Amino acid sequence: MTPELLHSLLGGLLIGGGAAVLIVLDGQIAGISGIFSKVIRGEVGQTGWRIAFLIGLVAPAALLGLPGLQFSLGLPGLALAGLLVGFGTGLGSGCTSGHGVCGIANLSPRSLLATLSFMGVAIVVVFLVRHGGLL
Amino acid sequence: MITLIALVAGLLFGGGLLLSGMVDPQRVLGFLDVAGHWNPALALTMGGAVAVAAPAFFYVRRHGRTLLGTSVTLPDRFRIDASLLGGSAIFGLGWGLSGICPGPGLLLLTGGSSQSLVFVAGMVAGFYALAAVRRRPRTVAADPPAT
Repeated sequence: MTPELLHSLLGGLLIGGGAAVLIVLDGQIAGISGIFSKVIRGEVGQTGWRIAFLIGLVAPAALLGLPGLQFSLGLPGLALAGLLVGFGTGLGSGCTSGHGVCGIANLSPRSLLATLSFMGVAIVVVFLVRHGGLL
Repeated sequence: MITLIALVAGLLFGGGLLLSGMVDPQRVLGFLDVAGHWNPALALTMGGAVAVAAPAFFYVRRHGRTLLGTSVTLPDRFRIDASLLGGSAIFGLGWGLSGICPGPGLLLLTGGSSQSLVFVAGMVAGFYALAAVRRRPRTVAADPPAT
């Protein structure tokens, strides 16, 4: 197994571990779009654990630093993509973490269909951009 | 205690996003590029995450409570409607363009780049835009136009 595959697998086990700890001890879903939007929009109640989760979430990257990485879009494109991600995850009640990890782990047909929807569209978009001359 | 547990859960989750490569937009786009130089590594991330989380969800679903005894109502598993599918499709559009989903977006903020700031600001604007759209029908019902 190459180091990249090993890191991807170990990272996945850690992500699943985080989701498992949060549901089995706190009874909460590790859905990042939901947690973040509720904190940002100042939803009353349950703010403490949400903020603690978000601090924990960014702490490893803040302490260890990010790997060298490259963005695929300029600033206007990133603003538009962010807008679509925020609006879409809100309307669809979840993102890669809430539906893709927690929902599927909970054997939820609802989350499975949501995941197929966002992964399917994302695959089509990447195909059009990289092989269809879009952008 | 609840707060401390959430902090630990966040640390595990965020460490996993960092280690797996989910935080790298190019890696994510390579995973989504099934017709090109497909990089399947992130399938292991998703599979590994689901495999570890599934037993925990099984326990809570079966017992209706946490290991600490707090009762839990899990989200509806069967309601499938246009909001779910349409919203997820809109998210997929943004994810496919950028290679960034919400968790990695927040991790990228720690680098302080203008790109990450603009992406997360867009995301926040998206949350508010949705709230504004959802509020509108109720406002109309509460305030009928003057005749």
